[in-house]
Amino acid sequence: MMRERIALPVIVVAGLALSFAIPAYGLVNKYQQMILMYVGINIILAVSLNLVNGYMGEFSLGSAGFMAVGAYTASVATVRLLPAACVHLGLDPAAALFWGFPLAVLAGGMMAALFGLLVAFPSFKTRGDYLALVTLAFLMIVKSAIENLDVIGGPRGFLGMKRLTTLPWVYAWTVLTLLVIRNFVYSRFGRGVLAVREDEIAAELTGVDTRRAKFLAFTLSAFFSGVAGGLFAHLLQFISPRVFDIIKSTDVLIMVYLGGIASIGGSVLGATLYTVLLEALRPSAVAWAFGWLPAALFEPLNTHVISHLNVWRMVIMPLLLVLVMLYRPRGIMGLRELRWLVPRRDRDALGKGLHPPCASPRLPGEPGGGVR
Amino acid sequence: MESRLVYALQQSLNALQLGSIYALIALGYTMVYGVLTMINFAHGDVFMVGAFLCFAAASLAGLPFVPTLLAAMLGAAVLGVAIERLAYRPLRNAPRVSAIITALGVGIFLENFLLALNPYPRSIPKLFGEGAWSAGGLSFSSLQILIVVVSLALMLLLDRLVHHTMLGTAMRAVSFDRAFVPLMGVPVDLVISATFAIGAGLAGAAGTLYAMAYPVIDPYMGIMVGWKAFIAAVIGGIGNIRGAMIGAFILGTTEIMVAAFLPSTYRDFVAFTFLLVLLVARPYGILGQPRIQKV
Repeated sequence: MMRERIALPVIVVAGLALSFAIPAYGLVNKYQQMILMYVGINIILAVSLNLVNGYMGEFSLGSAGFMAVGAYTASVATVRLLPAACVHLGLDPAAALFWGFPLAVLAGGMMAALFGLLVAFPSFKTRGDYLALVTLAFLMIVKSAIENLDVIGGPRGFLGMKRLTTLPWVYAWTVLTLLVIRNFVYSRFGRGVLAVREDEIAAELTGVDTRRAKFLAFTLSAFFSGVAGGLFAHLLQFISPRVFDIIKSTDVLIMVYLGGIASIGGSVLGATLYTVLLEALRPSAVAWAFGWLPAALFEPLNTHVISHLNVWRMVIMPLLLVLVMLYRPRGIMGLRELRWLVPRRDRDALGKGLHPPCASPRLPGEPGGGVR
Repeated sequence: MESRLVYALQQSLNALQLGSIYALIALGYTMVYGVLTMINFAHGDVFMVGAFLCFAAASLAGLPFVPTLLAAMLGAAVLGVAIERLAYRPLRNAPRVSAIITALGVGIFLENFLLALNPYPRSIPKLFGEGAWSAGGLSFSSLQILIVVVSLALMLLLDRLVHHTMLGTAMRAVSFDRAFVPLMGVPVDLVISATFAIGAGLAGAAGTLYAMAYPVIDPYMGIMVGWKAFIAAVIGGIGNIRGAMIGAFILGTTEIMVAAFLPSTYRDFVAFTFLLVLLVARPYGILGQPRIQKV
């Protein structure tokens, strides 16, 4: 019991130390560090989308829209507001940038949460596929609005961000996201969100405030998508409306459903697998992996197969996704959760090892349970 | 004043052309949804494959218009049935979202597979003499008339098929109750395959017509057009065939009119805001019925 109590904090702190050590001592190369940062950002995106799509059972396509709002807000804050503040308040620019960055990312998240309301209000009346369309419309509106706002670069995009996103920041935000969403899902409010998914009418009849549940889920999800956007913008150092198109949203959807919905562990796994596999299928990575082969074997393999992978990896990836869905329709984790991602209070009540995060293992739209 | 009216009428003709293409694609979304309650997100890419089949038939094989159209429709129909058989049928009893994500995967696969085979945008040869007439200040091109006539003919054919044949009755029966209808001797698998074949065939036709109207095609062209056709289907009330046609013409008209009378970069903004307002006002689309939920 004691060991379990301290295990998680120890792992979290060790991870933080590692995130400082990796860039400081060059434990892995710059390119691999960048992939690690993208993994973190994608975990934040997937977990926040999972809150709406997995736990609440809606189908949101709006991730990229919230990400765009967060990215633009945070970028405007560090590129325009901070330098102005330094001049007027006489701050040291380097220090202001260092301390201002988390605030800028936070501002990005809050602005995205505000936009989350735009989707939360229609969700009181509209459900299912129609709500999916509301989120899609939201994404298109955000993208189109940015294209028409010349102040922030319009269709040409926005640049001038310093590379402020570092491995420790990504790590810290990822852990914060996991912690907040985990605690939310297992709180009373989170139970309300699950109840909305299972049966909205029954939930309402038993006294669940379904509007509050939807409101909280959408704004919290939008907040963390916005945070991911802010981190993303300061890693890529260039954002344009075209970066945040529907393909970005479908990428996040794929991570969520590949890992398994209504499972934080699943989203972590899905985001990591998807990001790492796409990189691992690049010709340079595959050539490196097969470098031990004798040259007589390696050379033909390299010229005929590996060098073509840059195009074909985008063909292999969706095929893998389809295969996973065919053999594991509920995703890799399939409604189960990693034990340490469940608060201790619930952990013991639900038994050892993997377990479903809710009473009913049925998904919305899944056959079974009653005549309809 | 006179000239503005003529301009508006001219733009309505363009809206009719765009709307017919959206309608042909939207029908596939709505039919599959009606029968399986599944959103076939690979449908926009079937449309794209249709455009490439048009390119192959017209440019590589040198066929004239009618055989090109038929070849594209047939090829797309075969593709649609194959996708259903290989990727969706094994998931019929799985959660709905699994099939939707599989559909997304199939779509991405089609896009990148065509990109790998064919890395450059292609242009379609002219299959049709460029005739143009004008009447009362309005000008029609033969291509414009062809697109509208072919689309309307296909839509009428579909409407007859769904409402006046055995197959159509079976399709409506399956969409009414998929659990009970097989007990009455309806071959559900066959009906679903036929639905996919018809929907994909219409997308193939739309691909051909689109490629003729906008003759540069690339493997990613199906994404935006597909999403817009999906939106059209939902505006009309997804699952409702006449609704899909109405929704497509509304969307086509909105897009063209915004581009005609406002700066053209506002097109998506106004079109999607309009959609949002429409969905908030009528949460189940124009002809859609809310499903009554019994407790």
